[in-house]
Amino acid sequence: MKPRVAILAALGAFIIGLSVATFAELRIFLQPILRGAVVTLQISICSWLLFLAASFFAGLGRFQKNKIIRWTSTIYIEVFRGTSLLVILFWLFFVMPEFGVFLSPFLAGVIGVGLNFGGYGAEVVRGALTAVPVGQKEAAVALNIKPRNYVFRILVPQAVAIMIPGMVNLTIELIKATALVSAITLVDITYAAVQQNQLHFRTLEVFSIALLLYYCFAQFVRFGGAALEERFTRHLAKRH
Amino acid sequence: MDWRWDFTFEIVLPRMIEAAGVTAWATIASFILALIGGLILMLLKQSRLVWISRPVTEIIEFIRATPLLVQIFFLFFLLPEFGITLPPLTTGILAIAIYNSALCAEVYRAGFEAVPRGQWEACVALNISTYRTFRDVIVPQSLPPVIPALGNYLVAIFKETPLLSFVAVAEIMQISKLIGAEYYRFTEAVTIAGIFFLVMSLVAAMLIKMVENYVRKRIIH
Repeated sequence: MKPRVAILAALGAFIIGLSVATFAELRIFLQPILRGAVVTLQISICSWLLFLAASFFAGLGRFQKNKIIRWTSTIYIEVFRGTSLLVILFWLFFVMPEFGVFLSPFLAGVIGVGLNFGGYGAEVVRGALTAVPVGQKEAAVALNIKPRNYVFRILVPQAVAIMIPGMVNLTIELIKATALVSAITLVDITYAAVQQNQLHFRTLEVFSIALLLYYCFAQFVRFGGAALEERFTRHLAKRH
Repeated sequence: MDWRWDFTFEIVLPRMIEAAGVTAWATIASFILALIGGLILMLLKQSRLVWISRPVTEIIEFIRATPLLVQIFFLFFLLPEFGITLPPLTTGILAIAIYNSALCAEVYRAGFEAVPRGQWEACVALNISTYRTFRDVIVPQSLPPVIPALGNYLVAIFKETPLLSFVAVAEIMQISKLIGAEYYRFTEAVTIAGIFFLVMSLVAAMLIKMVENYVRKRIIH
């Protein structure tokens, strides 16, 4: 399978690059950057979970009959899509203490990134749910399928297959966006790279490593997403 | 929470309005550069020569897969090493333009691929010159899907300009950071920055919808 080959190739290249770099002069600043990579990964994973939860709740919330829920999700989506992520992070970290809420940098980063991307994800979820043809619902009614079974066995599997590409793109964007948490004192890849650059003045090497690390993360997500999409659409006729 | 209106009106707002000009300039300049850069990248990517199109495809992929912030730092620290010393604002505009031209290239490509091949073949059959084929047949048809997407990128660029505060460009986010550091009051400045971005994005979204409707009515009859 092609994605698997690509993942293995990326992993191989990464390990070879790592070992070459370890024995070369690069090792002096490789370790701090890799420590930053761990922080980036932690934030990415935590905020990704929050992002999924927020996008499902807000995406489903826009279909609810209850006006309060519908309006809350709409306002949430518009506010978090309309403002810049950096502003949200600053607001969480510097303004929230005014309201008596003290967030640790890590928590502020996770909440900021997760909720910001949840706004975009909600639109993907909404789009996917509306993209399932109405005929499916009519057929379910005609065949006397229970509403609950219609939702879980007909609507959701199709909607999930439709939303995967959008969600994969957003996941890559989310990993890239975690670079901004360096603004609220977290030492992630970006911040570590800036620090190492100030210490050693090896701009080209330091930032190339940082860029390559982000590139590797993005490629893993991309090929993982392709494999997932393959898994969810394998029973469908292929469109050419 | 204490929100001080006198502080808001006397100190925060005047400086914010000044900074809004920088944000607007950065947005417009990098958008125009990104439009041109995207066109160049797209043409290079569509090149028949494999040794041009393949590397360009990979470069676009690489730019799209790495964070803009790191690219800004990269340019900001690397250019002086090659003896190119630009003001931070110019470097930042350049970085945002490069990042977004990779995204715009994909938009253009999607627009051109949306035009059926038969249109090209018909133009050849009718002996219409290449220039007129582009101007009168291909471009008008590829515009409707392209324009709303480009409009979204304009809003995206607008929301990316706060990243310039990392390299000390005096745009809105940097000014609100400075006000926060000077008076040790972040509440008003950061909140106003947030409201500014929210309002501008919503207005821009409405404008894009209007332009989209206009294009749909006027160009496609």
